[in-house]
Amino acid sequence: MSIDLETAAKVAKLARIRVEPDALPVLAQEFNTILGFIAQLNEVDVTGVEPMTSVTPMRLKRRADVVTDGDQQAKVLSNAPDAREGFFAVPKVVE
Amino acid sequence: MSALNTMTIAAARDALRRGEVTSLELTEACLAAIDSADALNAVVHKTPDLARQQAQAADARIRAGEAPALCGIPLGIKDLFCTKGVLSQAGSRILQGFLPEYESTVTQNLFDAGAVMLGKLNMDEFAMGSSNETSCYGNVVSPWRRGNDATALTPGGSSGGSAAAVAADLCLAATGTDTGGSIRQPAAFVGITGIKPTYGRCSRWGIVAFASSLDQAGPMTKSVRDAAIMLSAMCGHDPKDSTSADLPVPDFEAMLTGDIRGKVIGIPKEYRMEGMPAEIEKLWADGAAMLRDAGAEIRDISLPHTKYALPAYYVIAPAEASSNLARYDGVRYGHRARLAQGDGITEMYEKTRAEGFGPEVQRRVMVGTYVLSAGFYDAYYNRARKVRALIKRDFETAFAAGVDAILTPATPSAAFGLGEMAEADPVQMYLNDVFTVTVNLAGLPGISVPAGLDGQGLPLGLQLIGRPWEEGDLLNTAYALERAAGFVAKPSQWW
Repeated sequence: MSIDLETAAKVAKLARIRVEPDALPVLAQEFNTILGFIAQLNEVDVTGVEPMTSVTPMRLKRRADVVTDGDQQAKVLSNAPDAREGFFAVPKVVE
Repeated sequence: MSALNTMTIAAARDALRRGEVTSLELTEACLAAIDSADALNAVVHKTPDLARQQAQAADARIRAGEAPALCGIPLGIKDLFCTKGVLSQAGSRILQGFLPEYESTVTQNLFDAGAVMLGKLNMDEFAMGSSNETSCYGNVVSPWRRGNDATALTPGGSSGGSAAAVAADLCLAATGTDTGGSIRQPAAFVGITGIKPTYGRCSRWGIVAFASSLDQAGPMTKSVRDAAIMLSAMCGHDPKDSTSADLPVPDFEAMLTGDIRGKVIGIPKEYRMEGMPAEIEKLWADGAAMLRDAGAEIRDISLPHTKYALPAYYVIAPAEASSNLARYDGVRYGHRARLAQGDGITEMYEKTRAEGFGPEVQRRVMVGTYVLSAGFYDAYYNRARKVRALIKRDFETAFAAGVDAILTPATPSAAFGLGEMAEADPVQMYLNDVFTVTVNLAGLPGISVPAGLDGQGLPLGLQLIGRPWEEGDLLNTAYALERAAGFVAKPSQWW
């Protein structure tokens, strides 16, 4: 299927990446090239094949459900673009 | 003794233990080489003070007679590894100024073994690229040139800074990471050795994530022996990575006997691509002959789903990337866009990510978003995961039939010029990984060994693919190939 400008704009919105309207045609064209390449997968007979979910079959390790770390507020906030009073600060979220 | 920065890990280790050289001397030689190599743009954050401090500590350990193999060895570290208190930006503007409060498990393992960090190495942004042209720090320039032609060539990618730094003797070895070929392709382009171990061998903890089911760290070195030494130090079980394998780590170096008599080496017919340069075809045939002469059995095999590996990869890797890179939102770390009056949280996300991510990363995040979106998940993502299962099964069938390792070219061409692919569509660049990407999809170990020069004097590599968890056997086969190929060429210094 071919990606139109509307779909390209929708994908950009879902990905939370601002794309200016005049950049959309090139973006849609690139998507179409990549999706055209990916479309080769339709040639493969995948009947009865389970999707691969783990690279090496393994049982995930378990551990006791206890606190192992914490009390590192200053370190957690040290790279924040805007931190105030021990919190990450962001623009107003709720009207 | 030749210039200290040109030494292999093995030679430096032996000299350190005999007291013929100190780690500080090795480190100073590398720091001087780095300072005179800014034209390569391989080292993006130099850490000379830390390096000298680590070197002095290593020298004390060596004097005390307590010296693991890597003790005192100066290394370069790819910018993808989080290093405590040292800028770690994954080659991206969105992580500008990011100073980790923690150390990645792999670098911690290396430091525990006494290794010295010289600095952070350039790379494609978030490891997405095959030419090191997507980095926020600018292109890495390969130390290699086509004879007397001054055209700037790519060192490959995404571990392009690591490749250039090792090839130009700015460090004894470097760390790399490999999601679709990012260790093996650049290693082949600059004439060095690079191994991607089995998925789960090296902890991914503290390595900036690209595609979590494909990412693996590995060493990039001047010899197969060095790769064995460094890999032993890098890997090991880590409770902080749930996919880290709880398996003993062998002494890989001790497994290098060079004896490969009776080993079965598979030659997959599907890797003979249309339009493959005759030089690559010949290199491959020569490599098979060398292994046969060393006593291995060469067997034609089939890996029927090879053709579908790249398309499956370009669904799975962007899908995982779109999920992993959702964390870059301008809230907790890294870049935040300057907002206009009245902008809310959504504008903050969208502007931050538009400013912070380069074009290739944006493209892949959006492709990943698309293939995971409602209505397309089954058609693209689930289908790709089924094809991935078939690709893995191809390898399992070959190994079950008695194949010990598989020999292929490492890349479809020698290094190309920087900017030469600028006009090509993204898919043309993706084809660089055609021989390497299958290995990531199947989670197998793969190693690139320099094996010859092309007509223009540029290095070409061969790839060996091994059984899961049998890096020791794979390294030994690579060692036999290395000895037979006798690759000794170095770039002549122009920088």
